[in-house]
Parts: sequence; structure tokens; C-alpha cells
Amino acid sequence: MNRIAQRLLTATALALVLAGPAAAQGLTGAGATFPYPIYSKWFDAYKQKTGVEINYQSIGSGAGIQQVKAGTVDFGASDAALSNDRLKEMPRKVVHFPTVAGAVALAYNLAGLSTPLQLTPEAVAGIYMGKTTMWNDKVIAAANPGVTLPGVPILAIHRSDGSGTTNIFTTYLSLVSTEWKELVGANTAVSWPSGVGAKGNEGVAGMVRQTPGGIGYVELAYAKQNALPVARVRNKAGEFIEPTLASTSAAVGASAASLAKDVRTPVANAAAKDAYPITGLTFLIVYQDMKDAGRAKALASFIEWAMHDGQEMAAALDYARLPEGVIKVNEATLHTLTAGGKKLLP
Amino acid sequence: MGVAPAVTAPGAPRRLAGRGGAWRRWLSPDEVHRRALALCALSVFAVVVLIVAETTRGAWPALHEYGGRFLTGTAWDPVAEKFGALPYLYGTLVTSAIALALALPLGVGSAVYLAEIAPRAVGDAVSFLVELLASIPSIVYGIWGMFVLAPFLRSIVEPWLIAHLGFLPLFRGYPFGIGVLNAGIVLAIMIVPTIVSISREVLLAMPRTLREAALALGATRAEAIGVTLDAARPGILGAVILALGRALGETMAVTMVIGNSNHISASLLAPGATMASVIANEFTEATSSLHLSALVAIALVLFAFTVVVNWFARLLVLWATGGRRDVAGAA
Repeated sequence: MNRIAQRLLTATALALVLAGPAAAQGLTGAGATFPYPIYSKWFDAYKQKTGVEINYQSIGSGAGIQQVKAGTVDFGASDAALSNDRLKEMPRKVVHFPTVAGAVALAYNLAGLSTPLQLTPEAVAGIYMGKTTMWNDKVIAAANPGVTLPGVPILAIHRSDGSGTTNIFTTYLSLVSTEWKELVGANTAVSWPSGVGAKGNEGVAGMVRQTPGGIGYVELAYAKQNALPVARVRNKAGEFIEPTLASTSAAVGASAASLAKDVRTPVANAAAKDAYPITGLTFLIVYQDMKDAGRAKALASFIEWAMHDGQEMAAALDYARLPEGVIKVNEATLHTLTAGGKKLLP
Repeated sequence: MGVAPAVTAPGAPRRLAGRGGAWRRWLSPDEVHRRALALCALSVFAVVVLIVAETTRGAWPALHEYGGRFLTGTAWDPVAEKFGALPYLYGTLVTSAIALALALPLGVGSAVYLAEIAPRAVGDAVSFLVELLASIPSIVYGIWGMFVLAPFLRSIVEPWLIAHLGFLPLFRGYPFGIGVLNAGIVLAIMIVPTIVSISREVLLAMPRTLREAALALGATRAEAIGVTLDAARPGILGAVILALGRALGETMAVTMVIGNSNHISASLLAPGATMASVIANEFTEATSSLHLSALVAIALVLFAFTVVVNWFARLLVLWATGGRRDVAGAA
């Protein structure tokens, strides 16, 4: 009896000793669902390399920000950068780290169209404003010379659930249409002037497939994996660009200078010739000054790793890697991180 | 036991036994049993009170900001932070009304057939199948509504409605297959099992003498069924109230087929939204605190709405039974 008790005690003590440092190093995060596939891949790879376990709950950007505000997680993840008002609501100063870039593709259902549909910013805004209601409208026809468009009504399909994808799309529309900016604006959920809403990327894609004359916006990764026909959208330089990982990275690269000033600047509607215009970044949100030096150090090293080794894994999961210029911006931000007032990195 | 006499008048041991006796009574099996059951009943009450208190607390910022305009406002704009719940109230009412209008005759009709006309074996088999319908997860109904019902409505039903009844504002617009009508039909199918199985049980519980008396007085078979139905009315109304509760609160299936648009439209072919669907859609990604609070306020309104509907239905049962509180209470 005594010996069993003794053994149990030893085992418990041993377990405590072993678990102690691991628990101190384990990081927790919560937030966006859009980057979840790449994040879980990163956390897995990082654990194998360093032994640091990162526990991430993809509960949505809004809920993730709430958790950061409440101080229950080490980092939050959001598809939308925090507005100035939201920054003020935070108990302490937070910084943003863009991790990967994403694009939003416009999938459509038009039988008998042999060449990819081409859309101007005016046409996209007109369709979602509810002003362009037929596919053979001259706003659309003008951008598709030599193509006979059917005279069927357009069904504009949007995300009914609040999402980072909607934020990227409405940010783009606000940049290209003053009418949109004034009447609707940009957010994870907006008051749509027309059309129908479907839940999730799969809901939008399903409804597009179902409805002749339907058009809907989905994440590029989702459109690629499901081989949906997607429209080429005219960019600021006047080129019709297909959404790809390369044209997404090009858009982010073209915005590096403005991102260096404020990393929250929208990257949509970039000026570069080869840039796809409907793009956005997804962010990690971290307190600039953290309380626990050990956890802070672990988090900073993870972000550093994600900026280099981590970027190599992006393309396989259909995320666009960050261009060099944006990684430099992140490294500069990493050097501003402190724990208890002391700098983390030399 | 102590020194207390074996036979005493009720209440006597309290005076005689003193402190120890009071404790012993407290711990007597009957008392413990009674208190444990009371605790169970109280916990339900506590849950309801907690729900109301927590939702009111969460909804307070929005209610304070908008007051009564929250119920009458038609704009739901998270960007401008203007929140009015009327489109969602309207959507919830209309979809539930369509569902009831379709499910009531269908449900009661099949209950009458299963209870009164069909052979007992057939009735049992069919009602087993009907009850099976009730256990299908709502997302399956949603997928069916989206991939089977929507194309059918789009290509056959809605063009016909527009061509023949298009003079009514109810049936104007493009036939997209997705919208309020689709949601109402899916809800109707979801609530039919509730109406059928409860109504059938109620009809089977009606005394045979009722029907026999009617037949003896020279009533036809249909008239005799009418007499039984009349007597079973309170129970059937109870079934309808339960079904309506499911229709009002259904979230997933409705979200998938209603089109989620916050515009109030007279047309049943247009997209709409319900209170439950907007909460499901926007809660996880609501970033501003006022937006979150407005969504919690919607939950509070839905709760109040359900209470009012329940209360109204209870009155209806009372009225239908001419004040027979026994059956009304059961409903």
C-alpha cells in the first residue's frame, strides 16, 4: 500500500515537473476562420520543430478580438484590421501582423460562355448595388467584346454570415465606387442593397451553381479547389486580371510602401499592372507589451518563423505568400514588442 | 426512532421532539425526496430567469440607444450602426404563417385518416414513419430545400405563380427559387410530424362512445368524424402551438433557403430573413459592441415574441374549449 502511494506520488511529481515548462510555453490564440487551414498547418509544423504547442480556436474574427480584449488569449486573429475606434477600446496598445494574403474571386453561372467573363469595377458595383440587373446590360457587354451575353436576370449572391471575405469585397467596392462607400460601406457584414445571402463559401458557391444567371464572391482558395469559373476583373492599371496566387501577391507587393506607414491600409485596388484588385490581408493581433516574458518570447519567435519558413507552406494551401516588403514591415513591428517594458528582441 | 409515541395527531411531533426531531424530519426519505423534486422544478425556473437577465443585460446598450425604434426600424446597417429589427420580425411571422397554413390542413388531415379511417396496423406504421421525419436534423432539410426544392420552385412553381397570380403583389418578381416561400415550405415539412403525431394521439384518446352516439343519431361517417374532431380541438391546438414554436425558432434550415436579405418585400418570392437566422449569421463576426448588443436584443425580442405567441395560443385554447381549464392547461 505504502509503496503504491509512494510510486503514485513520484509519478505525479514527475508529471508536474515535465508539464510545468511546457504549460508555460504553450500559447493560445483565437479568431478568424479564413486562415485556419494554414494556421493549423503552421502550429503543427512549429510544434514539431520547437516543441512549443499553440492552441488555436477558429471562432471568428469578431469573437477573437473580444478574447484579446478580455485578455484570455495570447494572440487574436482577424481578417479585418481594427478600426481606430476599436483600437481605442482595447485596454492596451495592440499591433497587427499580416500573415498571408487572400483574394476574393467572383464565380458565375452563365451557360454557353466560352471565354472567361470580364468585369469592370463599375459592373461589379452596379451588380451588387442592384442597378445592373440583366446580363446583357451594356455596362457588362462593353467589357466583353465579341461575346454574346444572355438576356437573363442577374442574381447577386453575397455571404449572409459575417466574414472576412465580405470585408475584403466591400472594402474593394468602397474604394472603386463612391456611391457604395456612402450608401453601404465596408465591414464583415453590411446592409446589402439587393441580392440574396448564402451561408459560408460553400453556400455561395452552391447557390451560384444552382442558379442560372447567378454570381457570387468566394475565397480564391475555395474557387480554385472547386474549379469554379471566375471572372477577370479590371484593375487600376486598366488590365483584366485573373485571380491567382501570383496576382494576389503582386497586389500586396504594390502596397508595401503604404503598409510600412500603417499596416492596416487596405491593399485592394492596387496600382500594379499585374495585380488582381480584390485582395486583402489577414492579421495576428498582439499586445505590444505583454506581461509574461516567457510567453511573449515564444510568440515573437513563432511570428518570426511564420514570416520565413511559414511562408513556404502558403501556396500549397492556396494562400498567397507575403512579398519581401511586407515581411520587412512585420520584422520592424516585431522589434517594437516588449515584455514588462523590456525589449524582446535585440 | 426516539421516544415519540407511535400514534400522534399530525403536527404533534414538532412540539414534542425538539431540535433533533426537526433534523430527523428534514432528513426523512419523504422530505428529501420532496425537496429534491422541488429543486428540479426550481432549476428550470432559474434557467429561464437567468436567460432573461443575461440577454437583457447584453441587449441593454442597443435598447438604450434605440428604444422603441429598435422594433419599428427597418434599417439593419452594421457599418452605420443603425439597427432596426422589423425586417426580421416580419420574416419570422411570414415564414411561420406560411408553414402553419400548409402544415395545418395536411397534418390534421393525415392525423384524422391515421386515427379514424386507416386500419390500426397501417396507422401505426405510417405514424412511425412520420415520427422518423421529426428526428431528421434541420441542416438536412436545409440542404434538401436548397438543392431539390429550389430548382423545382424556380423552374415550375414560381413561373406558374407569376404567370397566373402575378397580379397579386404576393407573387411578383423573378423566379429564383430561394426566398420566403421556399423557407415557409421547408418549415411546413419540418412541423408536419409534430402536428400529425400529437393530433393522432389526441384523436385516439377520444372516447369511442362519442363517435358511436353521433352515428346512432343518424350522422354520416364524415359528420361523426367532425364530432370527434370538435371534441379533440384543444389537444390539436396544443399540437399546433408546439409546431409553431419550432417554426419560430428554426435557424439552420431557414438560413440556407430564405436568401438572407434585410429588406421587407410584399412578394413571397423575394428573399427575406428571420430573427433566428440573423443571429446565426452575424454573431461570430460582429466586431462592434453595439452590433453584438443589437444581436442579443434580437434574441430578447425573439424570446418575448415566443412568450406572446404561447400566451396568445393558450387564450385561443381557452376560448375554443369554453373555459375548460383542464385541457387548456395541458396545452
